[in-house]
Amino acid sequence: MQAQFLMGVLTLMSVAAYYFGRRRAVFMVGGKIRDLHSLPSYYGFYAAMWCGIPALLVFMLWMGFESSIISYLVVDALPQDQRTLSPDRLNLVLNDIKNLVNGNIVSREIDTALRAAADRYIRLQNIIRAALSVAVLVLAAGAGSWTLTRIKARQRARNAVERLITIILIVCSSIAILTTLGIVFSVLFESVRFFQAVPVADFLFGMSWSPQTAIRADQVGSSGAFGAVPLFVGTLLISLIAMLVAVPIGLRSAIYLSEYASPRFRTVVKPLIEILAGIPTVVYGFFSSLTVAPFIRDTGGLLGLDVASESALAAGLVMGIMIIPFISSLSDDVINAVPQSLRDGAYALGATRSETVRRVIIPAALPGIVGGILLAVSRAIGETMIVVMAAGLAANLTVNPLKAVTTVTVQIVTLLTGDQEFDSPKTLAAFALGLLLFGVTLILNVIALHVVRKYREQYE
Amino acid sequence: MDSIVNPTNIPAVHTTSISDVVKDRSDVVSRENRSTVGETIVEDPRISCLDVNVYYGEKPAIRQVGLEIARNQVIAMIGPSGCGKSSFLRCLNRMNDTIPACQVTGKILMDGQDINGKGIDTVLLRAEVGMVFQKPNPFPKSIWENVAFGPRIHGLAQTKKELDEIVEKSLIQAGLWDEVKDRLNQPGTGLSGGQQQRLCIARAIAVNPEVILMDEPCSALDPIATAKIEELIDKLRLDYTICVVTHSMQQAARISQRTAFFHLGDLIEVGETKQIFTKPLHHLTEDYITGRFG
Ligand SMILES: Nc1ncnc2c1ncn2[C@@H]1O[C@H](COP(=O)(O)OP(=O)(O)OP(=O)(O)O)[C@@H](O)[C@H]1O
Ligand SMILES: [Mg+2]
Repeated sequence: MQAQFLMGVLTLMSVAAYYFGRRRAVFMVGGKIRDLHSLPSYYGFYAAMWCGIPALLVFMLWMGFESSIISYLVVDALPQDQRTLSPDRLNLVLNDIKNLVNGNIVSREIDTALRAAADRYIRLQNIIRAALSVAVLVLAAGAGSWTLTRIKARQRARNAVERLITIILIVCSSIAILTTLGIVFSVLFESVRFFQAVPVADFLFGMSWSPQTAIRADQVGSSGAFGAVPLFVGTLLISLIAMLVAVPIGLRSAIYLSEYASPRFRTVVKPLIEILAGIPTVVYGFFSSLTVAPFIRDTGGLLGLDVASESALAAGLVMGIMIIPFISSLSDDVINAVPQSLRDGAYALGATRSETVRRVIIPAALPGIVGGILLAVSRAIGETMIVVMAAGLAANLTVNPLKAVTTVTVQIVTLLTGDQEFDSPKTLAAFALGLLLFGVTLILNVIALHVVRKYREQYE
Repeated sequence: MDSIVNPTNIPAVHTTSISDVVKDRSDVVSRENRSTVGETIVEDPRISCLDVNVYYGEKPAIRQVGLEIARNQVIAMIGPSGCGKSSFLRCLNRMNDTIPACQVTGKILMDGQDINGKGIDTVLLRAEVGMVFQKPNPFPKSIWENVAFGPRIHGLAQTKKELDEIVEKSLIQAGLWDEVKDRLNQPGTGLSGGQQQRLCIARAIAVNPEVILMDEPCSALDPIATAKIEELIDKLRLDYTICVVTHSMQQAARISQRTAFFHLGDLIEVGETKQIFTKPLHHLTEDYITGRFG
């Protein structure tokens, strides 16, 4: 509550600083704004920024360290016998104190020592909070008014504000990068734990996947097999089928829409195709398992083929349909970006429409198209819902599209749903699979970038 | 005024001298007259246009143009911006077909055959009537591929060797061979603006057309590249019929034998270039070439 109040005051002070900064700048030049280096509002922002930001930083730093400082002081005052406990036990005691302070359930009997420590905690917290409020407000007021007195006509307020904006943008983009790195590292560490239990080579080159491990020592049975090859073969098989469906259809529909269709048809149909992309994948999933898979099985039966009721073909077909709008819409954009002058050039030489498309437009748009396709491949590899429903769970090592296969993402889902022990190899295997999947898509993206760049050099 | 017909001598016409010539003439047609004056008819025309109109949607861009274009001549089309020169030029190889809103009416005969007629294949028509655009637009392919594009799609060569010969011949004709013969595999887009424009000319003549339409071929070029292309046009005249749209009156005077002046969608005056630039019959033509508007 106090923190919110402090933030509110700080905001008000910054607003005031903006107002006074602006006024002062106008006043400095006697109302002749042209004599100022920057527009008056920049001086306002400049003052507000000096008023608010340092105080905010101090506040955040303080909040970050508050709990450890108080804990240190509280521990210092504990009775001798508790102070010398092992760090683990000491932590338990501290947790109890904090729970008592916050009114949560405490793990043991509340004795006087605990009560005293909790009181001390609250007292210290109050003192520190009060000191913080004073410090932050004094800092804000001081920095703000100091900045106000320094405002001069030729001062480069605009440049300072622009620099601040740059910094804010950098911070935001670093957050995205750091989050990604954080995820990668956490997956990496868990995978390392997995690889302590299962050798890397067994995982990468093992031909069988059955992640059931004995939970109790006296249990009969499986020690588990963690060979990822069947999963990756399954993933690639389904993705391949999906791309075989999506690329030809998506590309052709893009070409039709951008080169052949009348503008009216285009404005109606393009959004319709894009709606396909808005259908939740779970809907595709049950469409695939309830409609497409039985259809394929029955048709296969008529033709005398042995088709599993959950087949890679069913999942791949439906996934391909799901991906069509990606490819068609991305390709449509790049095809439209091909300058009209190139089309005119080809037509003026007597090229027909299809010759123009094949020999001029597609080559010119190729980098974008390849990029779009590889993006779609990453999407296919990462797709989960459809394959969970349609492809099955059996980790068969096969390239027969009529058999049931399973994919990396499906196995991650099954490993992590339900009650799990979080340090069994079975659970940790999910992280290793995730890491491997990440590696594969990363390599694909790198290849995509490389291909795109190579063609770009050629065509510019 | 000998220099008018001599394409290599650059500053041929000075606007001041033109206005001196026309100042004291009283027989010019008044500004209000919108029907074409001058000689629209030639002996043995390659192209004859009759009552050609171009509409973009409802809006007419050119009206009732009647004009004949002679063989082995350069005809220049001049006029203020937006008067419909490009629209007219694009009628001659039916490039207006590619604009959905555009509609062309009237008769355009090429060697006596109506190019808008039923049996006409635009592919063959455009192979016969080549076009060079205002902005160089080489394909993002190699120089060789650029020139070989047309012969390939029209099946003009059976072997790679024949194709090579066509490419070389066209590049020589376009005056680009010496500059690019060592780098035929490099992208055409990597050439300079003037070289690109000559590449586009080579690309157009590789199909072996009979007529070449050029829409402001030099507008993006420096004087030296311009001079090269003008020289080239004058040479090409021996084998081809050439229509050039230009904004430069000096250029029209240097390279063309006949000149057509357009104004706000009307063909105002046609005649021998020499006569147009010395004794224009129409007041608007006179205003335009003396720089009073446009
Ligand atoms: N694609 C188009 N859609 C609609 N109107 C057009 C189109 N192209 C040209 N016009 C109109 O037709 C008229 C003639 O245009 P055109 O391009 O033929 O002029 P121009 O004489 O070539 O001009 P410039 O010398 O500037 O190239 C103009 O009024 C123009 O606005
Ligand atoms: Mg034009």
